[in-house]
Amino acid sequence: MIAHAKPIRRKNVLPGLSLSLGTTLLYVALIVMLPVVALVLKGASIGPDRFWTIMTSPRTLAAFKITLIAASVATVINALYGLLMAWVLVRYEFPGKRILDALMDVPFALPTAVAGLSLTALFSANGWFGGLLDAMGIQVVYTLWGIIIAMTFTSIPFVVRTVQPVLEDLDPGLEQAAVTLGASPFTVFRRIILPAILPAWLAGATVSFARSLGEFGAVVFIAGNIPMKTEIASLLAFIRLAEYDYNGAAVIALALLVIALVLLVVSNLLQAWASRYREATR
Amino acid sequence: MKTHLLLATALTAVLGTAPAFAQDRLLNVSYDVARELFEALNPAFAAHWQETTGRTVTIDQSHGGSSAQARAILEGLPADVVTFNQETDIDVLANGGLVDANWRDALPNGASPWYSLPAFLVREGNPKGIEDWDDLAREGVEPVFPNPKTSGNARYTYLAAYAYALGSNGGDQAAAQTFVGQILANVPVFDTGGRAATQTFAERGIGDVLVTFEAETAGIAESYADQGFVRVTPSSSLFAAFPVALVSENATRNGSTEVANAYLEWLYSPEAQQIAAEYHYRVNDADVAAAFADSLPAVNLQTVDEVFGGWANINAEHLAEGAILDQVFVNR
Repeated sequence: MIAHAKPIRRKNVLPGLSLSLGTTLLYVALIVMLPVVALVLKGASIGPDRFWTIMTSPRTLAAFKITLIAASVATVINALYGLLMAWVLVRYEFPGKRILDALMDVPFALPTAVAGLSLTALFSANGWFGGLLDAMGIQVVYTLWGIIIAMTFTSIPFVVRTVQPVLEDLDPGLEQAAVTLGASPFTVFRRIILPAILPAWLAGATVSFARSLGEFGAVVFIAGNIPMKTEIASLLAFIRLAEYDYNGAAVIALALLVIALVLLVVSNLLQAWASRYREATR
Repeated sequence: MKTHLLLATALTAVLGTAPAFAQDRLLNVSYDVARELFEALNPAFAAHWQETTGRTVTIDQSHGGSSAQARAILEGLPADVVTFNQETDIDVLANGGLVDANWRDALPNGASPWYSLPAFLVREGNPKGIEDWDDLAREGVEPVFPNPKTSGNARYTYLAAYAYALGSNGGDQAAAQTFVGQILANVPVFDTGGRAATQTFAERGIGDVLVTFEAETAGIAESYADQGFVRVTPSSSLFAAFPVALVSENATRNGSTEVANAYLEWLYSPEAQQIAAEYHYRVNDADVAAAFADSLPAVNLQTVDEVFGGWANINAEHLAEGAILDQVFVNR
C-alpha cells in the first residue's frame, strides 16, 4: 500500500482552522448575536399591529425625526472635519502631531456621560463657550444644537480613523505626476485623491452616523429631553423601560437596530469597494 | 472525603447558610438621592447588629432611579431589601412575586419609616417671589425638575401640583390638567433623575426654582451655602412616603431574612430616626420629630390615597402611556 503524502499545509500561529474559527464564531454568537436575536424575538412577539401603532405614534416619530436630523448634521460636520484632520495627520509634520493623533481617540475612551456633562458645562450660559454664545443670543444646550454637538463629539474618530490609513497608502508620486502634467491642485484632489479615499470616507461617515443614532449618555445631559422637541429615540426607549413598557422599548430599540444594521452593511460594502479600488490602483 | 468536606464548607460559605463562619451580608437597593442617608445609616446599623447579636454585617448599597432599580431586581439583581421613594415600584416587585403582596402591613406607617414632600428651592433673595404652586405656572418663571417619566421624585412634583390645583379650584379635573400643563410648559429642561436636575439648577444656573423632596432642598441649600439658595415650603403638598420592603424571595435564597428584617425594623428606632431627621426627612418618632420641628415648617399635607384614590388609580389615569401625564406633557 502506498502511503499518501500529506498535503502541504501552511503553518498557522493559532492551532487549526476549526478550533480558532469555532472559538470566534461561538464568541460572536454568544456576545453579539444572542442579544440581537433576543431583541428581534421580543420585537416579533409584539405583533405587527401593535408594532405599527407604537412606531407611528407622534411621539416616537418625533423622537426618530430629531435623532435622524441631529445624526445627519453631526455626520456632515464629522465627514468634513474628519477628512481635514486625517489629511493634516498624514501629510504634515509638526510638533505635537503624535499628541494630536492620540487625542483623536479621547471620544472613544471617555465615558459618554462624562463627555455629555463636560459639554453641558462648557456650553451652558455660565460656561466658557455658552457665555459668549449667550451674549449673541444663541442657545446651544437643551436645543437641537446641543444634541448635534454631543453626537459630533462622540463619533468624530470614526471618520478620522477610516480615512487615515487610506491616505497613508496613497502614493504621493501620483500627485506629483499629475502636477507635472499641469493639473491644478483642485484637479489633483478631484481626480487623484478623492477617488482613492471616497469609499473609506463614506464608510467612516456611515459608521459615524450609526453611532450617533444610538448615542445616549452624552446626549441626555445636553438635550433638555423635552418630548416632541429634544427627545431622542434612545431616551424614549429608556422612558418606556421606566414605565415597565417592555414592548414600547423593544420596538424603538429594534427600529434603531435595523437602521444600524443596514448602515453597517452599507459601510462594509463601501469598504469592500475601497479595498478593490486599492488593489486595482496598486 | 477531604475534598467533599472542603466543597461543602465552600458551598455553605457561598450560600451564607452558616452564620457561624459566614459574615452577614445585605444588599440594599435604593433610589438615587438616598446615597448619603444610607451611608450614614448603615454603619450605625452594623454597630447595633454587632452589639445585639455579636455578628458583623456588610451592607452593600445600590442607587439609581427607583423604577430602573426595580426593573433590575425583577431581572435578577439579588437585593435583600429595597428602600424606595415610590410605592408603585415595590408593587411591581410584589406583582413579580419577589416581595410579599401585603408588604405595606409588614412594618409601621405603611412600611414607610420617614416621609417628605415636594418643596421648592429658589435663588438668593427669591427674586421672582415664588411662594406657592401658582407661581410655577406663571409666565416667565422657569421651574426645574426631572422628567416625570423617568423619575419618581418628579412624579410626586407633578402629582402635588395637580393636587394643589384640585384643592384650589374645587376639584375641577380639566382646570387641574391645564394648570399642570402650564407648569410643565415652563420647564426648560427635563433631566432623567433628581441629581441631574440639581446640577442643572445649582451648577448651570438654569431656572428660577428647583422642585424636589424637601429633604433634598435642605441638603442642596447646605451643599451650596455660598449661593444663598432659599427653601420655600408651598402652602400644600403631597405626603411622599419612602417605603421599604423585604425582597423575601432573594432574602430566603441568600439566607439573609433575619438580618434583613432586623435592618428594616431598626430604621424605626430612635437612633435611625435621628439620623434620617439630620438628613432633613420628616420622621414618625415623636421625640425626634419634636426636636427638629423648628427646621420643618408646618404644611397642609394630603396623601395620595385621599386625592387620587391610591397608586393603582394614578398609574391607570395619570402615568400610563397616553394617559393624563402624557397628554399634558407631550402637548405642552
